[in-house]
Amino acid sequence: MRSSRALAAVAVAVATATAVAACSSGSSSSSSSTSTTSGASSSSSASASTSAGTAAKVTLTWWNNATNQPLLGVYTSAIKGFEAAHPNVTITNVPIQNELLQDTKIPLALEGNNPPNIYQQWGGGVLGQQVASGKVVNITSDVSSWISGISGASGWQANGQQYGVPVDLHVVGFWYRKDIFKKVGITVPTTLTQLESDDTKLRAAGYAPIAVGSKDRWPDAFWWEYFALRDCPQATVTSAIKSESFSASCFATASTDMAAFLKTNPFQTGFLGTSSQQGAGSSAGMVASGKAAMELQGDWDPSVMEGVSTNKGLSSELGWFPFPQTPGSAGSQTAVLGGGDGYSCTGSTAQAQACAEFLQYLDSPSVQAQIVGPGASGEPVVTSESKAITLPATQTAAAYFKTASYEELYFDTALPTKPGQNLDTAIANYFSSPNSGNAAAIANSPQTP
Amino acid sequence: MSRSTAIAAGLGPAAAEQSAAAGPRRAPGWRGPKLRKKTELTILLAPALILFVGFVLVPIVIAAYYSFYSWSGYGPLNDYIGLRNYSYAFQDPAFIHAIEHTLMLTVASVVIQGPLAISIALLLNRKFVGRGFLRTVVFAPYVLPPAVTGVMWSLILQPGGFADQVLKSFGLGGLVQLWLANVHIVLGTVFVVLTWQYLGFGIVLLLAGLQNIPKELKEAAEIDGASPWQVTRRITLPLLAPTVRIWGFITIIGSLQIFDIVWILTEGGPANASGTISTYMYLEGVQSTDFGFASAIAVILFAFCFVFALFYQRFALRRDTRGAITRAVG
Repeated sequence: MRSSRALAAVAVAVATATAVAACSSGSSSSSSSTSTTSGASSSSSASASTSAGTAAKVTLTWWNNATNQPLLGVYTSAIKGFEAAHPNVTITNVPIQNELLQDTKIPLALEGNNPPNIYQQWGGGVLGQQVASGKVVNITSDVSSWISGISGASGWQANGQQYGVPVDLHVVGFWYRKDIFKKVGITVPTTLTQLESDDTKLRAAGYAPIAVGSKDRWPDAFWWEYFALRDCPQATVTSAIKSESFSASCFATASTDMAAFLKTNPFQTGFLGTSSQQGAGSSAGMVASGKAAMELQGDWDPSVMEGVSTNKGLSSELGWFPFPQTPGSAGSQTAVLGGGDGYSCTGSTAQAQACAEFLQYLDSPSVQAQIVGPGASGEPVVTSESKAITLPATQTAAAYFKTASYEELYFDTALPTKPGQNLDTAIANYFSSPNSGNAAAIANSPQTP
Repeated sequence: MSRSTAIAAGLGPAAAEQSAAAGPRRAPGWRGPKLRKKTELTILLAPALILFVGFVLVPIVIAAYYSFYSWSGYGPLNDYIGLRNYSYAFQDPAFIHAIEHTLMLTVASVVIQGPLAISIALLLNRKFVGRGFLRTVVFAPYVLPPAVTGVMWSLILQPGGFADQVLKSFGLGGLVQLWLANVHIVLGTVFVVLTWQYLGFGIVLLLAGLQNIPKELKEAAEIDGASPWQVTRRITLPLLAPTVRIWGFITIIGSLQIFDIVWILTEGGPANASGTISTYMYLEGVQSTDFGFASAIAVILFAFCFVFALFYQRFALRRDTRGAITRAVG
């Protein structure tokens, strides 16, 4: 309701601007305002006709990975809310299991003739690849009026154009057991050296200091990427991802630092065979059951832990701290690794327009509060709504997120799919045997054919 | 008993009458039976043929076509790179390792599972109390979906899991290993799980083969004074050979294509230590969306299996399929 009123206001504003521009003589300033509003004017006329009730029926299919509550319920009620404000739009919700959705269904659908009108993706280089299919609609002009208020939106651009919009953001950091830290008598580490000394104390007390799900490869990549963020200036990281090469010397330093850290034996026994999210034996399960004290994971981790554990008091025992600093190294000490869930639009102009309006609705404060609300995970794209986060650990993460020097998208997502997967594999191999050959393989991994 | 014989007797003459009546009526038309046979063949074979062409031959041709392109699955198929996908594959150490692992699993399956399955089948072919129960127990793992087997064993084999506990409780704690995390033993672990799953299949197949061996032959040999070992060696095993050859064919083809259990247990890791051709193909195709390259891997795997199948049919199965395959080929 609130959003439709905002939309009407935008429509009026745009219409007025266009009228003013049309009346004025062609001075340079007015011609520029015409060019900026020309894209939006089509949406204003469409929403005007919507309110007049003459708009044709628009049907949208929405593919997302919200197969479980609470997000499933949030999405269902979001559809109801949007349809009530837009009587001509019908949205069919199709929740699909995540791996099936991302790895199989979406690539195939984008190759076919009838892709879903709204589909989930994680932005970055993968989105860039999807754009190459020619099916993803450029919604830059449809979202131009409100996209500036959305954090992280630039991650959903390709060639400088907006091809998607995030609806929540994720930040990677340490999820730790406050009760175990207290029992062992250690505090949250701020530097890598402190983390290493904490690990020693934890191991002496019989805990696996840090759990990692190396079987899945991408959790290993989080580690190496954080070392890279600490060791490399932001510009180097950005250009490395753009040129798809990690040959800059600071990435070699990151590998060396990673190897030195691995030598301190920080992980659980047999971590190379541990999965990250499946069952009580997974890295998330080990932290949930108190076998391990912490793990480096995204902010979906608490909900994963809840799913694999019977520990009812877990949410109050869980704390969060950022990746430790490595004083003296060349990169930002407060940069965070993260990403988010976003949606792209396909189909006819009318469908893409309705899709963009729906995404605006999902990014409206009231829906944002539900998306990050009780039981859910992630940070809102409207920063004011981080107050809706209920889990204390996630609140800590959200507060830090606001102060971070910058957020870097997970490298495997920022890169196109194949270079990204090659990087994950090379890092996982390095975890298994951190030698110079495997370090060189990381540097060249995105280039591997 | 008596009622069934009565029915059989009642049916017999009627059926004979019918065929006798049908016989002469069709005899005068020369073209009739031929045409009928053709129609029959068309009707009966067409559905299978359409399915085979549509779901086997056409995909193979399409995969071969894709394998000449660099194609991510998005956008048009326009980056023709000739045979470069194939040369990349054979330059990639991970793929070479995948081939090695696949061949090791295949050889181990034949060399270890074969004698095991034969000896257990011979045991279970004897009469003893609880035989039916034991046969069921032995076959039970094969009934489980491989995905369930994979998940179950990954729980059993996790550090400090059931396998480790059992070893420790027998005082064999020194044998405890990082079953799925040690790059040197992970392939062996995978093979043990594969054996657990598929041994029952071999045993049931061989038991069926044993049932077909006429008892008279063994009795005759025994009367002639053959020892039990001689009976097994000279009568049972030679007559079981056709079944063993078929089992070998199924096992080898299955091992060359093995994917599900390996993927769930290890995802081909750690560090490619347990990757097979199929897991490599899945990684490259589905996870890295390099469909052109993965198609090349698929074609290589197909070529492996096809060449093997031809040789096996020609040399091993020749005696068993005489008249069916050999004549058509020769």
